[in-house]
Amino acid sequence: MITDGLNSGSKPPIPLWMLAELTYKCPLQCPYCSNPLAIAQSRGELSVDEWCDTLSQARALGAVQLGLSGGEPLLKGGVSQIIKHATDLGFYTNLITSGVGLTEKSIVALKSAGLEHIQLSVQAPEEVLNDQIAGRKCFREKLEAAALIKKHGFAMVMNVVLHRHNIGRLGELIELAVHLKADYLELANVQFDGWAYLNRKSLLPTRDQIDQALATTREYEKRMQGRLKIFYVLPDYYSDRPKACCNGWGSLSLVVSPSGFVMPCLGAHKLPIDDRPNIRDQSLGTIWRDSKLFNSFRGYDWMQEPCRSCPEKTKDFGGCRCQAFLLTGDASQTDPVCALSPKRSLVDTMLMEHEDVAVNQMVYRSLAESVRQCDR
Amino acid sequence: MELNVPLPHDAFIQMARPFRFQWEPAQDCFVILYPEGMVKLNQAAGLILNLCCKHNQSLAQTVESLAQDFGQEPQSIQDDVQEFLRIAHDNRWIELRQ
Repeated sequence: MITDGLNSGSKPPIPLWMLAELTYKCPLQCPYCSNPLAIAQSRGELSVDEWCDTLSQARALGAVQLGLSGGEPLLKGGVSQIIKHATDLGFYTNLITSGVGLTEKSIVALKSAGLEHIQLSVQAPEEVLNDQIAGRKCFREKLEAAALIKKHGFAMVMNVVLHRHNIGRLGELIELAVHLKADYLELANVQFDGWAYLNRKSLLPTRDQIDQALATTREYEKRMQGRLKIFYVLPDYYSDRPKACCNGWGSLSLVVSPSGFVMPCLGAHKLPIDDRPNIRDQSLGTIWRDSKLFNSFRGYDWMQEPCRSCPEKTKDFGGCRCQAFLLTGDASQTDPVCALSPKRSLVDTMLMEHEDVAVNQMVYRSLAESVRQCDR
Repeated sequence: MELNVPLPHDAFIQMARPFRFQWEPAQDCFVILYPEGMVKLNQAAGLILNLCCKHNQSLAQTVESLAQDFGQEPQSIQDDVQEFLRIAHDNRWIELRQ
């Protein structure tokens, strides 16, 4: 039963934010990719028509923000057709791209399809490190993509996933965002799940790096006086309270995978819930309202102590279900990042385990590596 | 184009990039959309932007329409409209239409 949700009150929640993962194909191999480790097992991508129908259903439920991601969404044939349909439905559309493969011709097609804004990923402020992290040469293509994005009048968000190998370059990253004329800069500390969890010993920043990064960000924010808006996503491992993951499970957002699996969040693939609702089998409304997966952690009734009686549960909803499962083996436990969790020591132990591993020694995201991980 | 408030009566405004103004049936109100966000507008704010941006009315025409709809003197409506436009301007939602 739905007891509450961010935008619900006594009314049922509305999935305001939809993320469409159009394909797992990607030219990059970032070792912290948010796609599942099991990308090699994904079969049967939704067709353009199936995506358009899914978007129509989402819009009817009240979805209004649409993120188009992947993999690399530009590798999905018919992406402009999907965006055109989303625009006609009244979605506000955001293309989340590596910039690789973006050409004058394709950006003109995206513009005429009604695309509103583009989120461009950058791995580092200079070519060598950027290309090492991305696992291929792409820095120059990204700079060219940024120029095209601005030339064609899109709002641009530059997104950087922060970790030990680039967080010390934060000042340069902010300077790059200014140079590229980004409207927003999103600095997201890496979330340790999936590929990033595999590489956590190498990716985990030190406490000093985190403190320095926050100070640098604040200093630049003052200096910019609002000309560049900076969103800084804090690293939860170094916090004593968990993130309000998804603003509450099944309360605000939904994700559709390339093969039509519908989830409350990106990481829900691996949770041990025997329900994998697919848009090919059920309507989106049925999945959103009635599926076991979406109702598993809605509201507060599922919570264990210390969350159940905690006054902060309405702020953080007990944190991240995927992280709770990953670290404790039980998805209904308090996110162990929380200092009130009896399992916080699991996180503290990990904070002491980081190793100096070279960038190119990390496990890179690829189909071949996915096959190896699935065989384990 | 940058604008200064209070605006002249014959001014026309439009939404500034990247903000979009639209009616949301599921929210039962007008909203402003922007990258990864949404502002729900109260009735008065929604009506003002609807007249200015969707129906291409000048500021004076907007005040006139609202005064008629709500049976009030244009002068009393005018201050409310300018106050909202100041908020909209501070948030960079709107710009002058040439």
